[in-house]
Amino acid sequence: MNEFVGGQVPFDWYLYLSLVLFAIGVAGVLMRRNAIVMFMSVELMLNSVNLILVSYSSYTGKLSGMVFVFFVMVVAAAEVAVGLALLVSIYRNIRSVDIEELKNLKW
Amino acid sequence: MLTSSLILIPLIGAALGLLAKGNNSKIVALLVALVNLVLTGILISQFNPAGGVQFEQNCSWIPSLGVNYHVGIDGISILMVLLANIAGPLIILSQFNRDIERAHIYNALILFMQAAMIGVFVSLDGFLYYIFWELALIPIFFLMLGWGGPNRQAVTLKFFLYTLAGSLFMLVGFVLLYVNSGGAGFDHSVLVGLQLDETTQRIIFGLLFIAFAIKMPIFPFHSWQPGAYTEAPTQGTMLLSGVMLKMGIYSVFRWILPIVPDAVSYFSTLIIVLSVIGIIYGSWIAIRQKDLKTLFAFASFAHVGLIAAGLFTNNAQGLQGALIQSLVHGINAIGLFYCADIIQNRLGDRLVDGKGGIRLIAPAFATLFIIVLFGTVALPLTNGFVGEFLLLAGIADYSIVLSGVAGLTVILCAVYMLRSYQYVMLGENSRSVSFTFPDLVLSEKITLIIIAALVIFIGVYPDPILKLTEPAVLQLLEQINA
Amino acid sequence: MKDIVDQSAQFALSTILIPLLPLLGFTINAFFGKHLSKTLSGALATLSVAVSFILSLTIFFAAQNDGFSAFSVEVFEWITAGALRIPMEFYIDQLTVMFMLIITGVGSLIHLYSMGYMHDDEGHNRFFAYLNLFVFFMLLLVMGANYLITFIGWEGVGLCSYLLIGFWYKNQEYNNAAKKAFIMNRIGDLGFLLGMFLIFQNFGSLTFTEVFSKAGNYDLNDGMIVAITLLLFVGATGKSAQLPLFTWLPDAMAGPTPVSALIHAATMVTAGIYLVVRSNILFSLAPDTQHVILIVGLATAIFGAIIGLRQNDIKKVLAYSTVSQLGYMFIALGLGAYSAAFFHVMTHAFFKALLFLGAGSVIHAMSGEQDIRRMGGLWKYIKVTGITFIIGTIAISGIPPLAGFFSKDEILANAFAHSPLIWGLAVGGSMLTAFYMFRLFFLTFCGEFRGTEEQKHHLHESPATITIPLIVLAVLSIIGGFAGVPEVLGGSHWLNRFLAPVFADNEILSHSAHHLDHNLEIMLMCISVAAAVIMITIAYVVYVSKSVRPADDQHQPGGFAKLIANKFYVDELYNAIIVKPVMFLSNALYNFVEVYIIDGFVNLLGKGAVGGSRVLRLAQSGNIGFYFFAITISILVIILINTLS
Repeated sequence: MNEFVGGQVPFDWYLYLSLVLFAIGVAGVLMRRNAIVMFMSVELMLNSVNLILVSYSSYTGKLSGMVFVFFVMVVAAAEVAVGLALLVSIYRNIRSVDIEELKNLKW
Repeated sequence: MLTSSLILIPLIGAALGLLAKGNNSKIVALLVALVNLVLTGILISQFNPAGGVQFEQNCSWIPSLGVNYHVGIDGISILMVLLANIAGPLIILSQFNRDIERAHIYNALILFMQAAMIGVFVSLDGFLYYIFWELALIPIFFLMLGWGGPNRQAVTLKFFLYTLAGSLFMLVGFVLLYVNSGGAGFDHSVLVGLQLDETTQRIIFGLLFIAFAIKMPIFPFHSWQPGAYTEAPTQGTMLLSGVMLKMGIYSVFRWILPIVPDAVSYFSTLIIVLSVIGIIYGSWIAIRQKDLKTLFAFASFAHVGLIAAGLFTNNAQGLQGALIQSLVHGINAIGLFYCADIIQNRLGDRLVDGKGGIRLIAPAFATLFIIVLFGTVALPLTNGFVGEFLLLAGIADYSIVLSGVAGLTVILCAVYMLRSYQYVMLGENSRSVSFTFPDLVLSEKITLIIIAALVIFIGVYPDPILKLTEPAVLQLLEQINA
Repeated sequence: MKDIVDQSAQFALSTILIPLLPLLGFTINAFFGKHLSKTLSGALATLSVAVSFILSLTIFFAAQNDGFSAFSVEVFEWITAGALRIPMEFYIDQLTVMFMLIITGVGSLIHLYSMGYMHDDEGHNRFFAYLNLFVFFMLLLVMGANYLITFIGWEGVGLCSYLLIGFWYKNQEYNNAAKKAFIMNRIGDLGFLLGMFLIFQNFGSLTFTEVFSKAGNYDLNDGMIVAITLLLFVGATGKSAQLPLFTWLPDAMAGPTPVSALIHAATMVTAGIYLVVRSNILFSLAPDTQHVILIVGLATAIFGAIIGLRQNDIKKVLAYSTVSQLGYMFIALGLGAYSAAFFHVMTHAFFKALLFLGAGSVIHAMSGEQDIRRMGGLWKYIKVTGITFIIGTIAISGIPPLAGFFSKDEILANAFAHSPLIWGLAVGGSMLTAFYMFRLFFLTFCGEFRGTEEQKHHLHESPATITIPLIVLAVLSIIGGFAGVPEVLGGSHWLNRFLAPVFADNEILSHSAHHLDHNLEIMLMCISVAAAVIMITIAYVVYVSKSVRPADDQHQPGGFAKLIANKFYVDELYNAIIVKPVMFLSNALYNFVEVYIIDGFVNLLGKGAVGGSRVLRLAQSGNIGFYFFAITISILVIILINTLS
């Protein structure tokens, strides 16, 4: 338990946390059928990556990691805007956001 | 500058012709083609056979890749340029009294095609050459698709994809050459100067040759050809068989023989054997063809097989024969397909069976037809003989047995040509009803008389043409065997 | 040396003019024939050949001088490619001069004859154009200074033969005959071509003088020389209608009769003999080839004669007779008796042209009838034709002192010196000749007239343009043999002495010349003449005394006679083993190999692409969950691979 000495969370733990978050995100995307939940899972994955970036940035003392996090957040925000709009539009059409129903786009 | 203008004039003419309407566009196109022919005449009169590459123009185009706009004419390309420019006016003249929809576009495409083919013949930079090579495919694609026969879509697709696939191999070949040049560029002189090892040569040979073999075509890469020749509009067939397939032959001269000579000697037996198979195979099949155009297509295939075999004999007779025969075959093919077109124009079909009696009522046509026909049969003192004799002599130098087998074309060609002529033209009307066959009108007469005159003139006095190319061929042989 | 230069300068113009004049005649008739009257166009054509004949005569007389030696005239450079240099060049020596005389001499007579014979034909002017073109090519054939120029003429006469056999192009049967002639000739031509290629490879030139001067470097029966000569001989069999390429010649009788006389009897068919005599140095070096020639010649001579026995078409009899006589010439060539072969060419040109023209006159009188079963008794109606015809018949049968006797006897004497067996067979053939020729004569001219009343009504002697050539040729058939009276009969054999320079360089020939004992030679002559007379007598008994008539087509006898009447079914045989399979294979190649294998393979590629895409697109299920799953798995796999490697 000497890792807690000085009130510092050990660096490894950040990595483990991100890994767990990412895995949860992947599992969510793979298993859930509700498009909004899947969306959220994707966000979770993105944020787990953000966490890694920030951790490394702090660990190495370089700022480029932080900058990338901002990029990712901007992209995620844009993605949410477009994605949710699409989902709303789909919901209006078929009264559902179940991906099982959304497979007309094939062949 | 003269060389570039040979490409530019048809292009400008094509644009001009688009503005004209109906028959005017034909006249514009003819004038443009004639101007080009006159320029070619001037060019030949100033040409020095022993002078290597002449009328050269070389300016930088894409410096970062070492690509130049480099054009010029030497003893090998001059006959091809001559052919393209003789063919141009004849092909345009051949549709003068035909009703053709959207004639202005039709003629513009013909001129466009001519420009692209001349571009292929004069390019001395591999990159530029490749662009012209592909460019030539575009107008013929539209000609076939827009004005072809009933089965045109499938046939055009096959033709287009087949040649395009070949071109892809060629592209890879050129990239390989570029890589091996260390980025020095695609210029012909650079590529000729490369010292490639044996394996690389063979790979490059294979890549380039597939493209050329498809274009010519050489057995067994020919199956696009009969269909394409049959379905294309007559002028398209003339362009294909008269000039376009010579692009393949010429390209072997330009881009294979001097650049990968070791691979040439490695592969020559294989290719000569394949070509000879093609000769026999094509001639044999031609005997029983029912459609005149298909028959002539197989005949053309057989004749080109002979040229292809000559290309790889590595002696002056074979190479000289290949050059002069390319010119001659172009002229004769145009003549033959024109005769088929005239028959179709009068009678509505081109079938060999169920005809006869035409000679009785159209003597002028019959006479001109048989002159062209005997040119194809390679009777001495017609143009076909000189090339065929030299080619067979060249092959005999390589192997007398192969020459004997290839020589069967002498017999088979007589069989299918005389047979079709007999059933179509001679005898009496075998139809149940009487029929009309108006003899040639002026434009048809002029076209066929010019062709017939060329058949006889080149046959009687081929020496000036042979002299044009001889120094270049001998120099090429030195390069190969160095 | 100075002499040679002088000669070529002196005769350069005539040498070029001789072939050029008929070409000019052809050009005028071909381009302006429509605007010329029939008489004018015929006269122009005849004149052009006649002038060539006169010019040939001047060279001939000059050649009588001792100072004369062969010379060449170059017109222009024709083909050059690397080491191959072929000028358009003429070479004139004694052999050429003799051939020129025959071609232009007999040629102009036949032109004259045609003016009468073809007068009512609508294609009159076209006919003369072709005929002139033929003379041009034939002259090119014998005057060429190298093999390729000879080859131009060789194929050129084939072309004219094609055009003239199919002259009446409305009839597809005639067109078939024309096509057959052309194609069979082309088979031979291929042999000629290949022979030329071998000559060029081994001698580095195609020019006669150069080739022959280098021939001495080769051993007797050297494999290469044998190959070359055999290939050249293949060419000769095609053109000269020898076994197995003879079937085109009887069919060629479809052409107008003057054509049969000029092309298919007197000149073109002897081109093969010319080629061999010209290349005598090569052939003497190859005894193996000579044996082949001897056998083929002998077989053809007998085979043709047998078939001739039972033919009923007046022209077909003469055609098989020509095949047979050409066989005799090849026997002479096979024996190395080149000048004897030429001698027979010359006399044969006289009497066979005469017989064909006479046959033409008969057909003319009979209003187009050619079947001898419907003739008979024509002697009293067409006397001139009859008299000249009997002269020709006697000449070909080898009765002294007519032309055929001397030339045939020379061949027979050579044959005996080689082997009595060959002599015996050759005499047998000549007995058959005497029989079928007199059968033809008796059936045509003796007995009762068997044609229709209408034909009888129209019976008339032909006009002077037809009879004059007949008379001239009859005279030549009588005296032509005196050019070569053998020593044993007190002659000096002028022809042999004249032609001697042609064979001067042929060392083998000069060593191998054989001399028969004079008494023996006279005895042989007596035997062959007696044999001929016996056969004539038999023919007389059968066809005149007993008035036997050949059976109608419906009542043909069976057995061997049927076999002969049907020409041993050679045509049917060729049809079954060559023509049919070729046609069948053509269809099979197209319908099976081309469509299913070669094009099928290409289409398979296309279908493969389409089919592959059809399968692959199933992966595009539209199921987003599946896509995600696939993405995840793929990433994991990539990571795994990266970690492992």
